[in-house]
Amino acid sequence: MAYLDHAATTPMLPEAVQAMTEQLTSTGNASSLHAAGRRARRAVEESREALAAALGARPSEVVFTGGGTESDNLAVKGLYWARRAADPRRTRVLASPVEHHAVLDAVHWLADHEGASIDWLPVDRHGRVHPEALREAIQRDPCDVALATIMWANNEVGTVLPIAELAAVAREFEVPLHSDAVQAFGQVEVDFAASGLDAMTVTAHKIGGPYGVGALVLRREWAPVPLLHGGGQERDVRSGTLDTPAVVAFATAATLAAQRREEFVREVGGLRDRLVDAVREAVPEAILNGDPAPEGRLPANAHFSFPGCEGDSLLLLLDARGIECSTGSACTAGVAQPSHVLLAMGADSARARGSLRFSLGHTSTAADVAAVAEAIGPVVSRARAAGLS
Amino acid sequence: MTDFPGAPTGPRNGNRLRVLAAMSGGVDSAVAAARAAEAGHDVTGVHLALSANPQSFRTGARGCCTIEDSRDARRAADVIGIPFYVWDLADRFREDVVEDFIAEYAAGRTPNPCLRCNEKIKFAALLDKALALGFDAVCTGHYATIVVRDDGTRELHRASDAAKDQSYVLGVLDERQLAHAMFPLGDTPTTKDEIRAEAERRGLAVARKPDSHDICFIADGDTQGFLAKRLGTADGDIVDQDGTKLGTHEGAYGFTIGQRKGLRIGTPAADGKPRYVLDISPVNNTVTVGPAEALDVMALTAIKPRWCGTPPTGPGRYTAQLRAHGGESQVTAELVGEELRVRFTEPVRGVAPGQAVVLYDGTRVVGSATIAATERREGAATVAV
Repeated sequence: MAYLDHAATTPMLPEAVQAMTEQLTSTGNASSLHAAGRRARRAVEESREALAAALGARPSEVVFTGGGTESDNLAVKGLYWARRAADPRRTRVLASPVEHHAVLDAVHWLADHEGASIDWLPVDRHGRVHPEALREAIQRDPCDVALATIMWANNEVGTVLPIAELAAVAREFEVPLHSDAVQAFGQVEVDFAASGLDAMTVTAHKIGGPYGVGALVLRREWAPVPLLHGGGQERDVRSGTLDTPAVVAFATAATLAAQRREEFVREVGGLRDRLVDAVREAVPEAILNGDPAPEGRLPANAHFSFPGCEGDSLLLLLDARGIECSTGSACTAGVAQPSHVLLAMGADSARARGSLRFSLGHTSTAADVAAVAEAIGPVVSRARAAGLS
Repeated sequence: MTDFPGAPTGPRNGNRLRVLAAMSGGVDSAVAAARAAEAGHDVTGVHLALSANPQSFRTGARGCCTIEDSRDARRAADVIGIPFYVWDLADRFREDVVEDFIAEYAAGRTPNPCLRCNEKIKFAALLDKALALGFDAVCTGHYATIVVRDDGTRELHRASDAAKDQSYVLGVLDERQLAHAMFPLGDTPTTKDEIRAEAERRGLAVARKPDSHDICFIADGDTQGFLAKRLGTADGDIVDQDGTKLGTHEGAYGFTIGQRKGLRIGTPAADGKPRYVLDISPVNNTVTVGPAEALDVMALTAIKPRWCGTPPTGPGRYTAQLRAHGGESQVTAELVGEELRVRFTEPVRGVAPGQAVVLYDGTRVVGSATIAATERREGAATVAV
């Protein structure tokens, strides 16, 4: 088996499994006042400190959530509501068109139900938003912008965006900027304080932590309107009993991801480069999507279009050979839709449909790359014969 | 290893075939896939997404196009232990089946979209893609039997259980399509209850799922409403055989030859007998009604014949089936050029242009053609649309 879909989810680190298992065997609600509660609370706060350290943030800026989707929704909707409440003119949302659906659909929802107008920020052919594009959009009317949301690195094509430069522009106009850093964390240097961001989404299961836990890193001056009301945990921003075992395992994985990042870039990035070379050698007409330059791209991402092939044919044929990858785009009822990311980058629909994402991770090996190198030529020939349906 | 009589043989691994099982989410296709896997074939399940905007949940008697159906198919594949994918054939289905269905009604004909889907989607778009991807056969839950003759040629026969037989909707398959078809349900005289019991035994959750009956792409079963939405309304006259106006209608496509209900004619017939739709003329948007006897059809001509094997030469005696669940009629049939001429021994009723006539020789499917014109009793005018 060659598992090459780490951008979907990556195996938990043994250290995280161990930390989680230990927590699962002890009792205590982190909100309780007795000894068991204090023990749980201590574990949560130590995890908060560890996660903050791994992300270049202050502990008080970390809001634990149920994962990336929740963090994105909390940031986009919560900041929109809060900003509009402070000034009813602020109904404009600036967003990149290459966002993950957790952001994209939240923005659409605000437009459909909360009177928001959306300005889609233009992207270049690699899927990158340029600071001047953000400036231009804000300058159309700086007073009516509720927030801007631009991902740190794209989950499909792996392009890394110039977040610090974008944040500088937003800061100039005092517009809050949120960034989905789910794919960036662990692969590029993510330093919240240095970035100048106002809010940032991270999630555990992409870095070797468990499913169902994430965080919104949020500067202290922002009080988004909560999505969930209840016990008032997490600065009143996110009610709900804290999942101590998941939080502890998340922090364990985050600490290791930050520590091992340079090694990850070197080793996994090296394997990725070999995979790209192997695919290009076997299929010269394959198009590498996203920024080809190493500094502009996630080290673990290789995303191709194979002209004349249907992505789902490629996926089926590789799956049958024990190679697990993704068409990279969202599914509706199991049907792969043409990638909105590639379409926004200017790809035609055939190129968008014939795409495949290989994403590597901490368990990837040279044997995985060799498996792809051996299979991809015949698989592409066969899928091309099956054509576009 | 057990195998089905007629299962296509493949070149690799002895008799082990790479089989693509079309899984609608219903009980029949789930059991068919399970039987194919149990027979030792290398089976992959595929659910066809045929609607561009699928509904979340199944309502009424629809059978295949909701997200719930897709999930049911996936769960069946999990239990059988085979890989499962969803293939988006919505564009092809819309072009080849739905739009054809609408165009046929607009032209005053009565199409059968299930035949069309088997001809153009399941055993064309799907089969071609499957073969290109390296599969040897497509497996479905149809009740029909494939018989392999000594010379290696294949014949399509009625299912062992005549009550469940679905060979009519497969009558459009040619020899090449048959060569790559697998119908694991058709060979055993199994009742639907037994299939459900088998599904239960195999742990398939779809065991108790209700059967689907209606046209899958018409969500609420309201064919007239579906057509009205797409074709608009066009007021026209309802007349008797003499041309006397009896009433009005909102679109001739809303009627089927042989239809009795829903004519909304104010005045009863002089003889008090019920009246039936005899003819639909899209050209002047007129619906002609009359007594049941006037529906008697003595002969028909049909076009676009497709043969499950060698086309017949010269006139021959066959039985004919005119509807999915219709009975058999004795006929003589002859191929004249590209036109099939069929004459009934006894008159039949409710024959509409656009329907398929499927010819049988005993239990064997000989071929099918689309009815273009009928000849009524008493030398009545030929109805050609």
